[in-house]
Amino acid sequence: MLKQTPKKKFLLLFVLLLILGLLNISLGSVSIPFYDILDILTGNISIKESWLTIILNFRVPKAITAILVGSGLSVAGLLMQTLFRNPLAGPFVLGISSGASFGVALFILGGSLFSGFLLTNSISYWSLPIASSLGAFFVLSAVIVAANKVKNTMSILIIGLMFGSLTAALISILTYFSEASQIQQFLFWSFGSLGNLSWNELFIFSSIYGISILATLTIIKPLNSLLLGENYAKSTGINIKKSRNIILLITSILTGVITAFAGPIAFIGLAVPHIARIIFSTANHKVLIPAVLLLGAIVMLICDTIAQLPASEFTLPINAITSLFGAPIVIWLLIRKKKLFV
Amino acid sequence: MIKNTKNIILKTDNLTIGYSQKKRNKIVLSKINIAIESGTLISVLGKNGIGKSTLLRTLSKVQKPISGFVYLDEQSLDSYSESALSKRLSLVLTERLPESQLTVFELIALGRQPYTNWIDTLSRVDLEKIDTAIKQTEITHLKNELFYELSDGQLQRVLIARALAQDTAVIILDEPTAHLDMYQTINIFTLLQKLVKETNKTIIISSHEINLALKLSDQIILMTENNLQFGTTAALVSQNIFDTIFPDTLLKFDKSLEQFVIKSS
Repeated sequence: MLKQTPKKKFLLLFVLLLILGLLNISLGSVSIPFYDILDILTGNISIKESWLTIILNFRVPKAITAILVGSGLSVAGLLMQTLFRNPLAGPFVLGISSGASFGVALFILGGSLFSGFLLTNSISYWSLPIASSLGAFFVLSAVIVAANKVKNTMSILIIGLMFGSLTAALISILTYFSEASQIQQFLFWSFGSLGNLSWNELFIFSSIYGISILATLTIIKPLNSLLLGENYAKSTGINIKKSRNIILLITSILTGVITAFAGPIAFIGLAVPHIARIIFSTANHKVLIPAVLLLGAIVMLICDTIAQLPASEFTLPINAITSLFGAPIVIWLLIRKKKLFV
Repeated sequence: MIKNTKNIILKTDNLTIGYSQKKRNKIVLSKINIAIESGTLISVLGKNGIGKSTLLRTLSKVQKPISGFVYLDEQSLDSYSESALSKRLSLVLTERLPESQLTVFELIALGRQPYTNWIDTLSRVDLEKIDTAIKQTEITHLKNELFYELSDGQLQRVLIARALAQDTAVIILDEPTAHLDMYQTINIFTLLQKLVKETNKTIIISSHEINLALKLSDQIILMTENNLQFGTTAALVSQNIFDTIFPDTLLKFDKSLEQFVIKSS
């Protein structure tokens, strides 16, 4: 057997993650020598004050955000694909991302409709994340209610798609009646952004993320049993209804909190699980979950490094980069492998 | 091991099967009273749409009976929890498996889930049971293959191995010989017959292979409109029941052969 063991692959990916993390932190509009960056990261603070601020308050939080967003969305995508046994499922498909977008749209665009209810021109720090989470949670609750009435998982997938269309339509209507400045504001949010997170926000983000990932580890067994379909899973003693609700809950919390803090980010949730399956050629969630965590973080760091256009003052919208560079990669991988798996 | 054939493992009591709908129930068959002994191969026969699957689904608690009871080991199916039932009864279904990169070994190992811990670690006992199941179904050479690359006949053996690994007293198979060629069909039947003899498990299958089933099963459940007959092939033959299941234009039942034959024109 020429196959490398998963352990070796994990080690390689981990080293790659470290290198990309360092690279991501060392590149930006202000050029800072690499050795000084290492100094700052290892606790030496006797360096130029402005550099210290840039590294510790901007670049490091941004890199951490990229890691959390990438790995979190990838896990959410993996869970959806396994639950729906559909290789095209992802957080976007269930309408959760759309729900989060709708929350934000209602908040930013709805201002003029409801005659300035709640907000003036300045949007407070916390309002966006809360609006987004509420939107995600609303769609999720609707999907869970539907999931408990409808037994067929395929129907739930379609219901999720319908919710996505509904919220998209509502956003269009809101946009139509909004002022140009508000539309611009909403548009900027929808580009996605990994920066702008304070350490406090990052703390809240990572706590919710951490709990969700820990919860994911407890459902490895039902996830694996779902690989044979719900009837077989049930016949080996798995409580399908409970497992399904836990999977939906974890997905929506992860997607909700990520969309809140980083905007709607496409492609990652759908694509990374496939990259993981191709690299590790397995369906076992004991391998796939750590694999998508690592790969999601890696892919997101790469996208962010590209987005900040090294040595220039501009930053491209992260959402465009994930799609622009990710979609062709996935297409190429799939054409090479010729088959999509769950 | 001494084979105790008097031991009743699965019993129904005035069972009515069908689908409960909002306004009224759609009854497939009522007043089913059968008692199945352990260590037997039972074939459920009948024409398309007669309710073979409904019966098997009801016996395996996938579907609720309209009325009446099913007893497994003298305990009503209702009172079994999902996890308790999964240690007594395993299934081989006709539905297509989702396409995943599970290997044959991993697929069979999923049969051990009723016994594994929360993170699905395989113990020494688990590995032994999996190994035995693989040997009994003679698929050692397929162990590391990906299941979606197997032929239908091979996959059927793997699914039977998964059910064996689950280590249950009863295995219910819904049409395990569908889509198989003649050789593979006989192959699966003789495998099931061998397993019943070797392991003293009770295996219940539904099948359209009437001729084979009549030859190889210990007992037959024959479903016709409004009726269900249960007994050995010889007993059912002596009652002249087989003449009635198909319209007699193309086939006839040859009593001496205990087989259906094509009518010569």
